[in-house]
Formats: sequence, C-alpha cells, structure tokens
Amino acid sequence: MKQEFTISLFSESHIGILSRITLILTRRQINIESITASESAVPGVQMLTMVVRTTPEMVEKVARQIEKLVDVLKVFVHTSTEIICQEVALYKVTTRGLMSGSMSADIVRKYHARILEVTSEYTVVEKSGTRTEIKELLTLLEPCGVLQFVSSGRIAVTRQVKELNTYLKEMDEARRNMQEAVELYS
Amino acid sequence: MKVSNNIQAALKDGAEVTETSEAGNAGAQARESGHGATVSADTVITGAEALLKALIEEGVDTIFGYPGGAIMPVYDRLLDYTDRLRHILTRHEQGAAHAAQAYAMVTGKPGVCFATSGPGATNLVTGMANAFLDSVPVVFITAQVTAGLIGTDAFQETDILGISMPVTKWNAQVKRAEEIPDTVARAFYIARTGRPGPVLIDIAKDAQFENLTYRYSRCTYIRSYNPVNPLISRDIESAAVMINYAERPMILAGHGVIISGAMAELRALAEKAAIPVAVTLLGLPAFSHDHRLYAGMLGMHGNYAPNVLTNKADLIIAAGMRFDDRVTGNLKKYAPGARVIHIEIDRAEINKNVRADLGINSDAREAITALLPLVRERSREEWIREFRILDRTEHEKVVKPETEPEVGDLTMGEVVKTVSEMAGRDAVVVTDVGQHQMAVARYYHFTDSNRLVTSGGMGTMGFGLPAALGAAVGGEGRQTVVFTGDGGLQMTVQELGTIMQYRIPVKIVLLNNSFLGMVRQWQEMFFNSRYASTELVNPDFVMLASAYGISARKVTSRQELRETVEEMFSANGPFLLQAEVSRKANILPMIEPGASVSEVTLTYNGKS
Ligand SMILES: Cc1ncc(C[n+]2csc(CCOP(=O)(O)OP(=O)(O)O)c2C)c(N)n1
Repeated sequence: MKQEFTISLFSESHIGILSRITLILTRRQINIESITASESAVPGVQMLTMVVRTTPEMVEKVARQIEKLVDVLKVFVHTSTEIICQEVALYKVTTRGLMSGSMSADIVRKYHARILEVTSEYTVVEKSGTRTEIKELLTLLEPCGVLQFVSSGRIAVTRQVKELNTYLKEMDEARRNMQEAVELYS
Repeated sequence: MKVSNNIQAALKDGAEVTETSEAGNAGAQARESGHGATVSADTVITGAEALLKALIEEGVDTIFGYPGGAIMPVYDRLLDYTDRLRHILTRHEQGAAHAAQAYAMVTGKPGVCFATSGPGATNLVTGMANAFLDSVPVVFITAQVTAGLIGTDAFQETDILGISMPVTKWNAQVKRAEEIPDTVARAFYIARTGRPGPVLIDIAKDAQFENLTYRYSRCTYIRSYNPVNPLISRDIESAAVMINYAERPMILAGHGVIISGAMAELRALAEKAAIPVAVTLLGLPAFSHDHRLYAGMLGMHGNYAPNVLTNKADLIIAAGMRFDDRVTGNLKKYAPGARVIHIEIDRAEINKNVRADLGINSDAREAITALLPLVRERSREEWIREFRILDRTEHEKVVKPETEPEVGDLTMGEVVKTVSEMAGRDAVVVTDVGQHQMAVARYYHFTDSNRLVTSGGMGTMGFGLPAALGAAVGGEGRQTVVFTGDGGLQMTVQELGTIMQYRIPVKIVLLNNSFLGMVRQWQEMFFNSRYASTELVNPDFVMLASAYGISARKVTSRQELRETVEEMFSANGPFLLQAEVSRKANILPMIEPGASVSEVTLTYNGKS
C-alpha cells in the first residue's frame, strides 16, 4: 500500500548530489512531492528533506540505494504524518519448531520479517508492520512454540532527525573498530 | 526490551544509537576524507604530469585509451613516461573501456582508461555501464573542454558527468590542476573498495596545462562512505545454526566470491558441511567443476539440477550474488521452501530482489571464513544424489547430443568442449554475448584457477574481442582464449588492429552460425520462427584476420576439429579459428521468460 514518506538525509555538499538522488527515485518511478535543501549545523554538510509516495518496501530499497551514494552520510525515513500505523514486534520461538518440516520455510520472508538471532534453542524474529500483520504472523508461528512475544504498540514517530554529530561520531567509532578488526585479522 | 521504534531504526540495521557526549563533538570535526602518509616530495609540475605520477603511485603500469584534442596535454607527457606506463591504443574508445575492465578482472587491480572529450567520452558509456553492472573497478579519465567553456556547448563538449552518473559508482570533474592528486586518490579508493565499480574523472584541458605543487598521498578514508562493515558475530552464529539444522542446503556462489578471493574458503565450507555449490554466470570459476559438490550453473540456460532443486532446497546460502532475474526466473515461484541467508557486501542488494531471513552485510571471504569453524561436519548423500539423478537426465537429453554428436553439423558444444580440453587449467576464458556465451558457460570445464571474463549484467555484444586483448595484456603470458559470435565479433572487429599492432597473443574462437543466434532462437521459440533481421551475410573471417597479419583457419568438419584447435594453441601469437557451426541450433535447457526455475524446458521440438 502506498503512503507518504519523508526521506531526510545528510550529505557532503558536493555538486551533483541532488541529481544522483533523483536518478534513483526516477528509476523506480517515484515522484518527489516536495523537497528542501539546507545547510546543517556542520559546515560542508547539507540536509535534504523530500516527501514521496510509495510503499514501505520500496522506500526501504531506495533509502538504501541513496545511502550507498559515496557522498551521502546518513538517510532517515519517516512516515509523513504523526499518526503511524506501524508497530514493531519480536517473536522468540523455539528453533526446533521453526526449522522443523511442518513450518512453512518461507514464513519469515513472506511476512517481510527478518531473523535477529538463531541459537540451537530459540530464534528471535523481528517484524515491523501493521497490527493485523503482526497478529497474523503470531498465529502462524504459534505451532512452533512461541516462548515470548513483545510488540511495541503503535509508535508515535517524532519527526526529529537525530543529531548529526551523533552519527558522525558513530561513524568514526565504527571506523576505529574496523581498523582494530583489520589489525587483529592481519 | 530493545525494540527498534520505527522504520528508520530498521533501516540502520538495528545499530544502537549512543547519545552525543562531550567527546562526540570531535566526530563532527573529523575530516571528510583521510589520506595515508605523504609519499612524494613537493615538486612543481603540470596537471597532466601530476595525473601520470598519481597513476604510478596507485600501482598503474598499463593504460588503454584513445587520444583527441582535449586530452593532448596528457598524451604529450605520456611520451616521457613510457618506461613506467604502457599505453595500449585501441581502435575505438569502447574497446579501450572493455579492455581496461578485462585487465582489471584478470589482475585484480583497477583498470585505467583514457578518452578525450565529447565523442571520446560518450564512446565509453557502454563500457562504463558494463563494468558497473558487473562490479569491476575501472578508473576512467576523460578530458573536458577548457574550464571557462564548460556549459557553453563548446566544440566537443558533452556533459559526461551527467551522462555517466547512473553508470558509475562515483564521478568528479577537475577544473584546477591542484585538485588532481587528491581526486585520483579518491577515485582509486572508491573504485577498488567495498563493492568495486567504475569511476570517472573529467579533467578540463586548462587544468592539464596548469602548474601545481605536487604531493601525493593515497586515500584511506572517506567520511560518508563505509565500504566494508564489520562482521556481526551474532549473525554468523545464527547462520551456522541454520546451516546445521538444514537438511537440503545449497550454496549459490557469485562474482563476489571471486572478487573477494574466497574460493578456497568456499570449498572448505562446502566440503565440511557437504553442501552442493551452484554458481552464477560470473561465478563459474568460483568452484571447480570436477568437484563432487559442484551443482552447476543457475539460471535461464543453466543446469537442470541446481535450477530444479532450488525449489526443493530448505536453505539457500547466497554469497556474493544479487539474485538477478536471469538467475531467479519468476520471483513469485522462487525457492518457496527455503530459508535464505544472503551474504553480500552491498547492503542495498539485501532484500532487493529476494527477501532474506538473515542478511549478512559483509565481504564474502570474511563471512565464510568466520562460518567455517561453526558449521558441523555432515554428509548429505541423499540430497547430493538428487543432483546426480537430474544431472544424468540432462546429460542424456542435452549434454551428450550437444557435445558428442556423431552426425550433422559441428555444434557449439563440441567446439567449446574440445577447446576446454586442450586449454590450460588456468587459462583465461573470455566470451562475447549470445548463444556461444551460454555454450561456454555450459560446456567449458572451469576450475577455480581459471578466470572468466564475460559480460554478465549488461550482456554487451562486442565485449569479447577488446576484453580478450585486455585480459591477455593483464594475464602476462597466461593463455587467453575468446569465444565470439559472428554478430558480436563484427561489433568491435576493428580491435584486430590493436591485436596486430601489439602482437597480443589471443586465441579467437569464432562460432559462426551466420545468424544473430540468440535472437534467432527466441524468434523460433516465441515469435513463430519469423526471422526478422537476424540472418547475417558475413565476410570471409579468415581473410579478414589475414589482412591484419593474424594466422587463421576455418574448420567445418568434426574430423579436423581437434587438429585445428591444436594448431591454434601451438601457433605463436594471435590466431583466429573460424568454426562453422549449425546455423539454427538452440541453447537448451531453458527457463522461459516468466517461468519458475523448476519449470525447465529440456527439449524443444518446435519446427524451425
Ligand atoms: C550491443 C547489443 N546489441 C544487441 C544485443 C541483443 N542480442 C543478444 S544476443 C544477440 C545475438 C548475438 O549473435 P552472435 O554474436 O552471432 O552470437 P550467437 O548468439 O549466434 O552465438 C543479440 C543481437 C546485445 N546483447 N548487445
């Protein structure tokens, strides 16, 4: 189902960045309903905010493709209204039950869920979506033994974008960790 | 409980967000990119010379290209660097682009390609797109009109930056000489890291003449670009449990396995857990075909067993591949009974075509290496036997008649098989695009020491010959053989001139059916055998090769096939073997457009 999303992103203020982003959206036949560009608090970094109409699956795909652009620092996606129909749920089920032949193997994929963790005893599946979808998946998973189920309830999204500094710091940290890992590796 | 609280958090892959601390502000001041220690002392030189020096710093010794007005300052300097930089003058910029890509695929180093502004630059576009879709690092350098004229429709000005944007990983324009060293450093860093790909630098003519104080340091970091993510051990442990649980697992190995050099690790994983390995077109040499766990090639003209059994597998472990539609067939009916682990360095590929139960966003070699100690030793004889049973059916119905016919015209299959038997185990195999490409994919017996250079994602006719010369230059003495069709060969046949000029020892196997074979096959199968513009009236290719001083021989009969191939391989230097094959043969099996991977057409009895 199509809905309105706001894609906000931080990028280096390099020439051509807007072209690159619109190319990605155009290829997927997504129209930009509004767009603003502004300087961020960090010199040399700009913030772009776009409103688009598309499906949740598609917005995830294009967000990743935008984030892949060399000059883009970080991408956020929000639904445009404050009233959100999305919830997030975690299902902890027995691994034996989930992996056994009686459970349809494509259940996780079909419900656009993903596996967070598998151990020999339990598996944690994460799904975000509407309450109905989340309930449906729960019913389907019941036969394999649901050890625990938690759902976030309706999430009120604040349209506040995280402080850029936080992300730059995270990225620096990730880089440091990487270098440590590389040193360990070699 | 940690619950990611909206879609944006999901997009960040569940990474935890830490609050900004005092020290956090340091992050904001981090430089946009990082460079290694400066390796060269300051000197004042022109932009053109700085470009060449920078290339040398990046380990470049070979350039493929074609000169013209705007890039003349660079070519002029090139004469002073002939001891360190070898320039191969192709006969068309497209040829230079393909050659540079093949060079990269064989050497593992980024290829380099020069072209002038305007038509020179636009002639590169097919080559860039081809390298982009197949994730090959090539650094394209185009010249641009003088900075002051950019945007005025000056003579030979094209907006190559705009044109190349969708088909490059990154591009940039340089208007001042002083920007050249850092731009080159960035270009190489971006081209070869993460998921590799082509990049383009467009250099204004006056920046080539201008002086700068030259110092070079290699790029090691770009703030907005995270090419490789660290492995998450929880994901690896989860994947191992899933593999240990699976009864009918299958590995799908793609180009990423080869790019990351994970062939040995892949083999170890497959052997330890007894998992059949299927490959994509570009992944063909990722796993030796004589290995008992080799399952065959996936996709439209792939092998019977791996396609059919995709839909019987209970676990798919996809490594370094992107579930192209030629591989998956109808997505709605793809692998319904399988859980999917997707190991892929490009995060945008995970969940793009096929949803994954578990996505592992990392380098294939790192992930497989980490998995290895965690998977249990298993034997899965019954599952492996299922592959053998289907293999036998395919052999009887398709492979045997195609590769060991006793009567009738020469077939593509038997020529490919003969060449495969007589070429070296580590030969570099190049193809063009069409039926012959599929014949090579199906009947060439690859080992994991072979290299395959073919046009996968784009399917670019005309790729073969220039790619072969680039591969042979990069292979330095490694046997290089290119299979091409009569259609594709004539798209870039002028590169025979390049082969002549530099005496490049490529063995050219032309599978001549006097048709645009692959299109003719589709016309036969899906358009009532109405052969609209697919029949070719061809020149005498032996005479054509001879005109370029290239030894050549035509073979029409089964009896002389072996001896002619022998002659080709024992000849010194380049050789063209023109094999006259059946005019209207079809490549089978086939998964017809819209069909599922388990709906394979093994034989086709339509009239021709
Ligand atoms: C540049 C380009 N134009 C058109 C096509 C479409 N196409 C795919 S295969 C093919 C026929 C190739 O004929 P040939 O080179 O003789 O090889 P064969 O299939 O006969 O082995 C064509 C026209 C293409 N892939 N690339």
